[in-house]
Amino acid sequence: MKLSEVKEILNADVIVGEDKLDIEVKTAFGADLMSDVLAFAKAGSMLLTGLTNTQVVRIANVLDIAAIILVRGKKPPAEAISMAKDLHIPILTTKYILFETAGRLYAKGIVGCLEKVESGSERI
Amino acid sequence: MNPAVNESENKLQTYTFEVEGGNFNAAGTVSTRIKSILKQMQMPDDVVRRSAIVCYEAEINIVSYAKRGTIHLTVSPDKVIIEADDEGQGIPDINLAMQQGYSTANQQIREMGFGAGMGLFNIKSYSDKFDILSEVEKGTFLRIIIERHIS
Repeated sequence: MKLSEVKEILNADVIVGEDKLDIEVKTAFGADLMSDVLAFAKAGSMLLTGLTNTQVVRIANVLDIAAIILVRGKKPPAEAISMAKDLHIPILTTKYILFETAGRLYAKGIVGCLEKVESGSERI
Repeated sequence: MNPAVNESENKLQTYTFEVEGGNFNAAGTVSTRIKSILKQMQMPDDVVRRSAIVCYEAEINIVSYAKRGTIHLTVSPDKVIIEADDEGQGIPDINLAMQQGYSTANQQIREMGFGAGMGLFNIKSYSDKFDILSEVEKGTFLRIIIERHIS
């Protein structure tokens, strides 16, 4: 689906990337543990998280994340916003909690970027 | 063999970046730079991505545990070599540090979402070759090789 549909489903506000709402997204990864995001998130996926620091934006860039979806109504600090603008990474924020955010997207066809880890050693 | 091809095969490009210990705002800048350098060189996506991930983990380690460090990038047509060399606390037990879930991270690091004990494990799993040397109170040296697989 298009990122604009994600925005509608989650009743989200667009913080960065109003011009990128027509990108296609199919998968997502959700976590507040950046170490796990680095281990498991896949290129082209959305990242659902409650962390808002600049490292979230850096990691999104490193992993070629399609969009950052902040949950629980989180607002990123100014430095994270300007970094996301520079690196062309959309950031949306929704008031839904992580569980609801994931569930609502899953119900509309978005799936996990991987289903489960294999012996805790999944890679790319 | 075509001499032009031979010449390009021997061509190595090297870059050096400084990393400041404790500066979490700047952590990740080297990785972003390396990513754009490799993209510009038209390396395959998986090589660019794996290089960026291991470099990012190495940077976070330097920022978290060292006073300062350097990251050297060497690019040849068939592989990327990333070397991270720091002056820091070093690792007393490398086997233990390589285990998933083992971490000595402090509260500040954990609040940023790191310190889950995945760093070195991630580096190893994204590398084709990974070497680590460490001396307590001196520092740690990592050499990571990412090969361009010819498909």
